[in-house]
Amino acid sequence: MLTMVGKRLLAAVPSLIGVIIVTFLLTRALPGDPAAYFAGPAATKEAIEQIRVQLGLDKPLYVQFARYVADLGRGNLGTSLTTGQPVAEELKTRLPASAELTLLGLIVSIAIAVPLGIVAATRPNSIVDHCCRVISTAGVSLPVFFTGLILVYAFYYLLGWAPAPLGRLDVFFSPPPQVTGFYLIDSLIAGNGELFVAALKQLILPALTLGIFSLAPIARMTRASMLAALASDFVRTARASGLTPFTIVVTYAFRNAMLPVITTLGMVFSFLLGANVLVEKVFAWPGIGSFAVEALIASDFAPLQGFVLTMAVMYVGLNLLIDILYGVIDPRVRIES
Amino acid sequence: MTNIAVVGEGTPPRDSGIFAVLRHARYILAENGITAFAFGLFLLIVVAALLGPHMVPYDPLASDTAAALKPPSLAHWGGTDQLGRDVFSRVVVATRLDFFIALASVALVFVMGGLAGVAAGFFGGWTDRVVSRIADTIMAFPLFVLAMGIVAALGNTVQNIVLATAIVNFPLYARIARTESNVLREAGFVHAARLCGNGELRILLGQVLPNIMPIMVVQMSLTMGYAILNAAGLSFIGLGVRPPTAEWGIMVAEGAAFMVSGEWWIAFFPGVALMIAVFCFNLLGDGLRDIVDPRRRT
Repeated sequence: MLTMVGKRLLAAVPSLIGVIIVTFLLTRALPGDPAAYFAGPAATKEAIEQIRVQLGLDKPLYVQFARYVADLGRGNLGTSLTTGQPVAEELKTRLPASAELTLLGLIVSIAIAVPLGIVAATRPNSIVDHCCRVISTAGVSLPVFFTGLILVYAFYYLLGWAPAPLGRLDVFFSPPPQVTGFYLIDSLIAGNGELFVAALKQLILPALTLGIFSLAPIARMTRASMLAALASDFVRTARASGLTPFTIVVTYAFRNAMLPVITTLGMVFSFLLGANVLVEKVFAWPGIGSFAVEALIASDFAPLQGFVLTMAVMYVGLNLLIDILYGVIDPRVRIES
Repeated sequence: MTNIAVVGEGTPPRDSGIFAVLRHARYILAENGITAFAFGLFLLIVVAALLGPHMVPYDPLASDTAAALKPPSLAHWGGTDQLGRDVFSRVVVATRLDFFIALASVALVFVMGGLAGVAAGFFGGWTDRVVSRIADTIMAFPLFVLAMGIVAALGNTVQNIVLATAIVNFPLYARIARTESNVLREAGFVHAARLCGNGELRILLGQVLPNIMPIMVVQMSLTMGYAILNAAGLSFIGLGVRPPTAEWGIMVAEGAAFMVSGEWWIAFFPGVALMIAVFCFNLLGDGLRDIVDPRRRT
């Protein structure tokens, strides 16, 4: 087991190196002179020169790269031009907001897609099956920011069930004392039920938006691999032995059908992390996505670079986790390694 | 390859020219109602993209503050936005730009990814290692995030949106082309061509490449929808297209603020246009794939 985890860890190293090289090259690809760019529009010639030396831009590319890597090693992602704050600090304080939203989005997506896929597979060509197909095609076709806006219009403006799409908490509440940074968990730790409900209300619509967008691959894969599992010999044997349909579907077929579903989670996370940026903008969510969008509008590159790097590192980490999970669930993978 | 044989089954014996193409198209459409529907939508999008500016009742950029924020009516089918511009006209005119961005990026990645992948699968060795490494590195990013980074770094223009969308799709095309050409490398006709004295490059371009075309064209259709979503998402967060240009993503962004105060039509119609376009390409792609490669039917 440990050797397998070690091997997977090693396999993730080239991806990480690639990610760091690409984010480094992205800054060097900035149009015009990066020194003039970082100095700001009002800078004098001397100031630009000073910044060039300060940033090490007068050195050859490989020295610059070494410097960049060394900075990363110290956890230094540069400084934001607009706020003057270190980017790493800002990302760290905003990360829990994004993580809470993304994870809840994933939970919503799995909670809808997996049962839908299972039911669709047990009754092929039934109404549920067609619904599954329509929902999963519509899910990928709906622009995620548009779904969000429609939900806001329906549940906030028309029905008045949801609070205004303005961040993590209504202005009347103050955030719970920080333990995990997740308001749902922190409010429970603080024993504040009212706060939990308030945080949940703010979360529901954005999480649902993310869930709808990312459920298609899970639903499709669940359906396809359940169909294969239900047609297999061991299910036929289980049926012949007189087990209840529920036991057959859930205990026998689903456990075997789960593996390909877990593989698609990698793709689902790519969807979720990308869509996160758009959803955060729609719901004024104070996460790292809206931080990046604000930086984009202000042409502030260091935060954006930090954001791309953080997202990519998280994505590599999540894929690693999925790989390891795969090994935990499927003993064959462990034996092969 | 079986793929080619399957395409051939429904086609009448080889007669060339436009009639053969039309007959084949009719076969495809008769086979699958949903694909026919998607094809109809596709024609509508193409007509709107080609003739849009000549079809619409209002100038998409002309503002009329007296008629600002009016709900849909007979005079303004899609209502008017905060500057009194006609939403319906803007949605129709925007088709050209959105369609162009998606088509250009898909065509670009078709050439880049297709050639790189075919070469990787056919030659193997270091070509394969380089191409696969590039594809893996791109795949290590959440794709939309990478596209954001590329556009922000290269400059905020429509060309860079096209380029970024092409780059994030590169691994998909390269991998499919690589797998297919890797199989074809050992095919009988490739050996035959080699025995006839053809050079490797000539075999690659003359024998292998034409044979993976059907799969690659399906892939183009499948990724068109994603390309439109990606480009619209980028312009939604303020990258690429700038106001007052009519573009679906930016129009949804402009209408977003009015959604909470009840003026739903400003964001709704461009959003629906986006949805229809993406839906159309996804259905079309699924239909084409079923015909070209029935094994992958789900």
